[in-house]
Amino acid sequence: MASTTFKIWRGERGQGAFTDYATEVTEGMVVLDAVHQIQASEAGDLAVRWNCKAGKCGSCSAEINGRPKLMCMTRMDELPAGEAVTIEPMRAFPHVRDLVTDVSWNYEVKKKIKKFTPRPPDAPDGTWRMAQADVDRVQEFRKCIECYLCQDVCHVLRDHHKHDEFIGPRFLVYAAALEMHPLDTEDRLRDLKDNHSIGYCNITKCCTSACPEHITITDNAIIPLKERVVDEFYDPVVKLVRLLRGKK
Amino acid sequence: MHRSLPVMDQRKFGETLRRDAWWVPNVFVVTILTSFLVYATYAAFANAHYTSGPYLSPFYSPEIWGDSPHAWFGPKPVWWPGWLPFSPALIILPIPALFRFTCYYYRGAYYKAFWADPPSCAVGEPRKTYWGEKSFPLVMQNFHRYGLLLSFILLVFLWHDAWLAFWFSSGNGGTQFGIGVGTIVMLVNVLLLSGYTIGCHSMRHVIGGFRDKLSGSRARKVAYDCSSACNRGHMNWAWCSLFSVALTDVYIRLCALGVITDLRIL
Repeated sequence: MASTTFKIWRGERGQGAFTDYATEVTEGMVVLDAVHQIQASEAGDLAVRWNCKAGKCGSCSAEINGRPKLMCMTRMDELPAGEAVTIEPMRAFPHVRDLVTDVSWNYEVKKKIKKFTPRPPDAPDGTWRMAQADVDRVQEFRKCIECYLCQDVCHVLRDHHKHDEFIGPRFLVYAAALEMHPLDTEDRLRDLKDNHSIGYCNITKCCTSACPEHITITDNAIIPLKERVVDEFYDPVVKLVRLLRGKK
Repeated sequence: MHRSLPVMDQRKFGETLRRDAWWVPNVFVVTILTSFLVYATYAAFANAHYTSGPYLSPFYSPEIWGDSPHAWFGPKPVWWPGWLPFSPALIILPIPALFRFTCYYYRGAYYKAFWADPPSCAVGEPRKTYWGEKSFPLVMQNFHRYGLLLSFILLVFLWHDAWLAFWFSSGNGGTQFGIGVGTIVMLVNVLLLSGYTIGCHSMRHVIGGFRDKLSGSRARKVAYDCSSACNRGHMNWAWCSLFSVALTDVYIRLCALGVITDLRIL
């Protein structure tokens, strides 16, 4: 067993400082295990949100050594040996206490996205028929566990605080899952351009690199949506073709 | 957002708790792109030593007007304004420049490396204002697809050049099939450029991504899958093709200058 120092952010409402804790690290431990160990032995009042410990609930999001990660999926042996480990809360959301942030803004944003609106059923029994190839594309987006690490690392939210204008990568993925769905009939492109400000994304791919589910957020969701927005609002040739075909 | 609770203090420019050398990719991007820009500008204005035997530099292809046997319409036209510098490359290079400048991969790379917006993921930024690609001038990046279209046309000519690179002068006015190191250089170059172009995000959109249903046409599905496969390695295609274009020009230039002799394999 080796003792490792953990520098954990302690404080409330954005104020606070790193406090050092030393704890024993054993083989197979993840960062969340160490935090629980510290909580049990030295800091019983340490606030940390967690639930499944299996990388599926998205609760234990934090910044470990400066990188947004799930504490339960970050193995201690992945981190530099012999160095102190820093753990701080996500910086894109209001700070509540210690490692806990208020992510409720995300729930409000989700409500603003037009819901799934399927075409009338294909069969008399109220069911639909889809080709597997057509749903394969959106299947990837359904892996999202809503940990909001992509929102946290997105500089539009994290550094520029455009929360009132920009919905962030998580909800661009959500919008892509609906917009590209073969059964969906709703049009979200004007919202994406004007109200959800997809143009704020400057494709740095930080969201993709932070995603614990390895969703190819930028290439498979955001850029295809950007291209659809270009079709609809910026491309004069597409507009002309639509005009000639009598489509609006 | 929940306004009664404050967010953590904003990080200052370059401030981060990351332990890795996050600035290394930026140094790479700045160095390579600046070097390429300097070399391409030199090569374009040089207007000499861009052909050697059957080889034509990709910077100069297609050679619409020029002094080499590859020129379509002969030498510089008489109506060309005297104040405007002339080089066949200056007519062509704006097209790949537009394509690469507006490329989704390069955009992300140079926003980070040249504009520090952000310097890297989870690293503090130098400025507070932000327009993104929502307003002028960066909203113009949306015309990437036109860069793609024009570059795709150029690609056809580059394939033609690669084909011509197999046909060497036989000495009696005709040509004979052969393979030189330059042939392989030009072939590899056009293959890398094809991978980069086929994997372009706009290409992926145009050939099928714009539709919700890909299953209706087998040809479309195959094309979309092919583009998606190339798209997964778009960054690698982007860098490799950038290197290959410059190195192909260097090779042909050195052959034309007599610094090296093209080795005939066949």
